[in-house]
Amino acid sequence: MAESFITHDCDVLVVGAGGAGLRAAVAASEAGCSVQVVTKSLLGKAHTVMAEGGIAAGLGNVDEKDGWTVHFADTMRGGQMINNWRMVEIDAHEVIDRVYELERWGGLFDRTPDGRIMQRAFGAHTYRRLCHVGDRTGLELIRTCQDRAVHTPGVEVHMEYTLTKLLKDGDRVSGAMGYRRSDGRFVVFRAKAVVMASGGWGRMYKTTSNSWEGTGDGAAMAYEAGAELLDMEFVQFHPTGMIWPPGARGILVTEAVRGEGGLLFNSEGTRFMLEYDPKKKELSSRDVVARSIFKEVQAGRGSVHGGAYLDIRHRGADYIKKKLPSMFEQFHALASVDITKEPMEVYPTIHYTMGGIRVEAETAATTVPGLYAAGECAGGLHGANRLGGNSLGDILVFGRRAGEAAADFAKARGIAPSLRDAEIEAEQLVLAKPFDSTDGAKGENPYLIHEALQDAMQDDAGIARTEESLTRALHAIQALQKRVKNVRVAGGRTYNPGWHTCRDDVFMLTISESIVRSAIERKESRGSQWRLDYLDKDPEQGRVNYVTYKADDGSMKVKSIPVEPLPVELSKFLEDS
Amino acid sequence: MATVSEPAPIVTGPEQAPAPEHATGESVDFHVFRGTPDTPQGDKEYKVPMVPGMVVLDAMHYIQKHVDTDLAVRWNCKAAKCGSCSAEVNGRPVLMCKTRVDEMPDGPITVRPMKAFPLVKDLVVDVSGNFKVNEKITPFTPSEADASDPQPWRIKEPDIERLYEFRKCIECFLCQDVCHVLRTHDLQERFYGPRFFVRVAGLEMHPKDAADRRDLVREDGGLGLCNITKCCTEVCPEHIHITDNAIIPMKERVVDRHWDPIAWVGRIFGGGKK
Repeated sequence: MAESFITHDCDVLVVGAGGAGLRAAVAASEAGCSVQVVTKSLLGKAHTVMAEGGIAAGLGNVDEKDGWTVHFADTMRGGQMINNWRMVEIDAHEVIDRVYELERWGGLFDRTPDGRIMQRAFGAHTYRRLCHVGDRTGLELIRTCQDRAVHTPGVEVHMEYTLTKLLKDGDRVSGAMGYRRSDGRFVVFRAKAVVMASGGWGRMYKTTSNSWEGTGDGAAMAYEAGAELLDMEFVQFHPTGMIWPPGARGILVTEAVRGEGGLLFNSEGTRFMLEYDPKKKELSSRDVVARSIFKEVQAGRGSVHGGAYLDIRHRGADYIKKKLPSMFEQFHALASVDITKEPMEVYPTIHYTMGGIRVEAETAATTVPGLYAAGECAGGLHGANRLGGNSLGDILVFGRRAGEAAADFAKARGIAPSLRDAEIEAEQLVLAKPFDSTDGAKGENPYLIHEALQDAMQDDAGIARTEESLTRALHAIQALQKRVKNVRVAGGRTYNPGWHTCRDDVFMLTISESIVRSAIERKESRGSQWRLDYLDKDPEQGRVNYVTYKADDGSMKVKSIPVEPLPVELSKFLEDS
Repeated sequence: MATVSEPAPIVTGPEQAPAPEHATGESVDFHVFRGTPDTPQGDKEYKVPMVPGMVVLDAMHYIQKHVDTDLAVRWNCKAAKCGSCSAEVNGRPVLMCKTRVDEMPDGPITVRPMKAFPLVKDLVVDVSGNFKVNEKITPFTPSEADASDPQPWRIKEPDIERLYEFRKCIECFLCQDVCHVLRTHDLQERFYGPRFFVRVAGLEMHPKDAADRRDLVREDGGLGLCNITKCCTEVCPEHIHITDNAIIPMKERVVDRHWDPIAWVGRIFGGGKK
């Protein structure tokens, strides 16, 4: 019999309380649904706060020629034309409304001299397009959405709950279950529809800008429930992460540094981006800049700690402190570097995952009835490479759409779904296993499993890949999938991070397998996927997306699906600009 | 190796763990609070290999990974942007992610949970009360004219510049932890605390906000209980001048409203709001 558990009932369950989850919650509530929002952390700590540069929207406030069509074309080009064009169209179009909506909700932006929203230059955007507030745009966005959500009637937030399994009633989702981190009690959320807004996954890499939360729970749960994962080979290395001191390795150095004029140099004082991309230089797309830094270091022209130098000193101390206050503070506190007087040392860091749960563009519906996905955990908008400034737009545009569509589904469904005790009990047993000491054997340390996975993914499925390295990574993952069955932890269920890591490991292994299997299939270099054994783009491969799914026998399979051809009326925007 | 200081013993012993990359060969002693409200509580000693630039949070992660996997620590961004890893290090409320070990005085470093909040376990405390306070604060409310204006708003930079400071708040709650009204006098039910006076200031000074929260902060928020000792300002990792720029101007505005005799007469005969 199942251990007693806490049950919450609602129309719409939202998994995740970053920008996408909060926007979805507001939308579902405004559509008349009761909404429960579940977050692994405290409210307002999600990865959205790490978005520093801004939100890209073709307002044309600074460069009048800009508009949604140019934004559309830039995003398609940045994604190397394998994006879901309909998602790009919706995003470029609607993000303008979402920015003004945010302002109506009390969000602040830097202003132009005539009082409009200020916009800054950013990598691979044709015009100055990023609406921003200093270098803490994400914080402003989440605080605004957070405040809106908690003051929206019918929205209830559960902090520090971890969900581990989507529950199903026939083909349809019926909610999700997991545990309350503070005391380890099992919880069940019964819901007529579920919005997955659980963010991305960077924790399986060693050099990462992701917090502990980025373990891919949502995508892995959706996969287990029958959803498909799209474009998983595309993992974005942000060109500039900190590299020194060791504890700060991977922490993000915002692209706004380059947007505000920061220049990259190698150890010989050469501004190497002039060679790699003479046109866009430091503001080339992220995949290009990250590879350029990687190549310079490989060629022996790296900085003292094996990175590149990023220099903003020429903008002057006052300007730097006004426009990049948190970067100034970050280097001062963590690295004892005064960025107004010394260059920063940077190296690519895992930052974002373009791939994710396969969704339908208009509604964010997954292939599982009743399950929706928005934000970083969903795939399709960004294609092979995301442009900076496009994630904050993504979460608002598709968070809203997912919330509305989930509300429609919930209302059409009417009665609450039924829960199956056997399903709940089976998951409880899985969750409680790491405390089992009946076999007497000393088990595996979950943190060391995690570390072994990070080493394998960083070395063999990282910025530069080959068939050989990816196969090695796959074997390492398969070995760890066996070892993870024997994880054991000390202590009790009360706020026990070791225990929490046991389940994180399982999720990360599933997602890592999906990344590696997709990367093996894509035998070309495109966007963030850089294959040393297939250095060029292959037009044939440019016509497909790879999708991983769970086969009937429980194994992971990969299939290719055709990229929808761009309609004539949209392809002309690419020619125009 | 592990010894335990008063009041209650906690049993374990770190086995020899591998030195991390770039370790200097030295080690640092940490006295870390362990326990829950229902189990023995006390400081436990750990030796952590020194790494250049190590912050206290790095040391806690080392302990989790190699010694006590159940050490409870709250953290997220590790870059001083999310405000999750608040604790009291050598008695001072700080973010563990930006507290450098090489800047601490010699001798063991004590790491304890924030004292003003109920203990959950080890370094994790229950801060949910703060989120309940936020729910009581009137949200951003534009005037009807502004709300129905179909054109994008025009706002001048000088009108919002002073707001940026308040909006920097990362909700680490260190100011709440150090505020004696909450920490010493436990007046959580009668006093919002510095974080939420900053929040209110950030709303009240917004040029498009039309709500009036003065009665709310005076009556429900207990603004008068603050006697401006500026402890909150001292610990703010975002360097927000909480007392000078948020609390004192708010006290003045509340006083103007309630004790200014001309305004008092005006309210009686005028019936206006502001």
